[in-house]
Amino acid sequence: MNKRMKPTGMQKALIRRETISAYLFLLPALIFFVGFVIVPMVMCLVTSFFNYSMTEFAFVGFSNYVEMFQDEIFIRALLNTILIVVVAVPVVTVFSLWVSSVIYKMNGAVCSFFRCIFYLPVVTGTVAVTVVWKWMFNRYTGLFNYVLGETGIIDSDISWLGDERTAIWCIILILLTTSVGQPVVLYVSALGNVDESLIEAAQVDGATSRQVFWKIKWPQIMPTTLYILVITTINSFQCYALIQLLTSGGPNHSTETIMYYIYYQAFRLYRYGYGNAMGVILAIIIAVFSAIQFKVAGRKND
Amino acid sequence: MKKIKITPYKVVAVAILAILAFLFLFPLYWILTGSVKTAADINDAVPQWFPMSPTLDNYERLFDNPALLWLFNSVAMAVVSMILTCVTASMAGYALAKKRFIGRTLLFSIFICAMALPKQVILIPLLREMAFLHLHDTMWAVILPTVGWPFGVFLMKQFSENIPGELLEAARIDGAGEARTFTEIALPIIKPGIGALAIFTFINCWNDYFLQLIMLNSRTKLTISLGIAKLQAEMSTDFGLIMAGAALAAVPIITIFLLFQKYFTRGITMGAVKG
Repeated sequence: MNKRMKPTGMQKALIRRETISAYLFLLPALIFFVGFVIVPMVMCLVTSFFNYSMTEFAFVGFSNYVEMFQDEIFIRALLNTILIVVVAVPVVTVFSLWVSSVIYKMNGAVCSFFRCIFYLPVVTGTVAVTVVWKWMFNRYTGLFNYVLGETGIIDSDISWLGDERTAIWCIILILLTTSVGQPVVLYVSALGNVDESLIEAAQVDGATSRQVFWKIKWPQIMPTTLYILVITTINSFQCYALIQLLTSGGPNHSTETIMYYIYYQAFRLYRYGYGNAMGVILAIIIAVFSAIQFKVAGRKND
Repeated sequence: MKKIKITPYKVVAVAILAILAFLFLFPLYWILTGSVKTAADINDAVPQWFPMSPTLDNYERLFDNPALLWLFNSVAMAVVSMILTCVTASMAGYALAKKRFIGRTLLFSIFICAMALPKQVILIPLLREMAFLHLHDTMWAVILPTVGWPFGVFLMKQFSENIPGELLEAARIDGAGEARTFTEIALPIIKPGIGALAIFTFINCWNDYFLQLIMLNSRTKLTISLGIAKLQAEMSTDFGLIMAGAALAAVPIITIFLLFQKYFTRGITMGAVKG
């Protein structure tokens, strides 16, 4: 592996010694990593070519993959998932960038106060956050119908989670509140690390604050933006808990996501092979999305 | 010399920020107040903004369920995951950052690639594996995959880069063995990193609802998150009871977060630096 230089005998012995001790240090982590990440990943890929259930295990080639793209519910789930990603990722990124650019210059305590508040829904936990939103969305005792009714925005009570037109937007709204925490923390730190002297030099030269932002800060926080885009994409694609707790994919599959459908096929119908095939496709889609983001963001950076 | 100018934009921005902060705090407020409201107040179509006749009735009904056991399960799982992750990841991160060994680049690339894959996709084979190992429906089924996730190794590698090579070299010349060099030279330097990883792992394990849902079934094995989800599934309109459960789940973890916030922020930002 180390081709850069031809090691002498002594160096060879040293490298061997280092390699042995390094792997001893790595061993405990590798046992867990290989055993509970790599093995299941390989199993996921392999069994996606099998008709695999509680009772059966037979090689079927690509038929799980073929079935998937003829499965109307899967297509519906795919489109819903992409809708969630396409809405959530830009909104989360812009929102957290805006919030961070307002708070990062405030004094330490105020800044960390706001940072905590935006992180709160993440810490509170999906389940606790979701049950309170479910109550607020409730048709009869929920806050939304009351507040919107009182202010005259809606005439009659809406069944927010029971209506095909509104349910997915409710999910997206909750997803947004639980997704901005980490990006805000990251942006605050990235903006704080932007070289002050560059900004001051630009201001001396008469740059407007908009120019300072786009010409100086934006390129410097690009790696952070990229990271945020990728993690938000991964998280949004995996949207599951909200669906399971709020709508179970309904009404009429309008909030079905790929992750929820995988769960349904695997743990309700025990079609493990089919579920794994969908998982492989989901992983590929996420990889493609991430690659596109790297390409686009990388080019702008030049 | 920074001069702070007050522009109209800043005033509007701060006002918006205040409104947003209120909206982000509100669900928590609604959980806490809802948990002490009477059934009549909760079911009223006109919401009661502040609980006028607080009651502990919801909590009494909550503790008819094994809620404290669920809380204990959550804590136990998170603590064991945290300890195992910190031990394995700090050793592995140190080796990846400070040792030049055969296969280092390849191994690190594999860790990074695994991290970029969706974690939930491997849950089906993971469940089969746990069933095979007879660990299904035990807390180990949640702990082992949590410890296996490579983020901790990546984070500790980032922190270990700060260990000065000369110090390690000096220790070696003084005749310190590998283990002693690690515990006496490296560990004190990466301690803040371990703090960050500890709190990060604790919170993630606590909140990993999907993994818990797949792995745990019996009523006495549930975590607090699963317990509330179960209560919600069984009595979906008893919002008082459910809010009491949500409060019991949220308050401990928020307290821990606020106490160790400083480490946590550092963990998130260090984890993002591209290696």
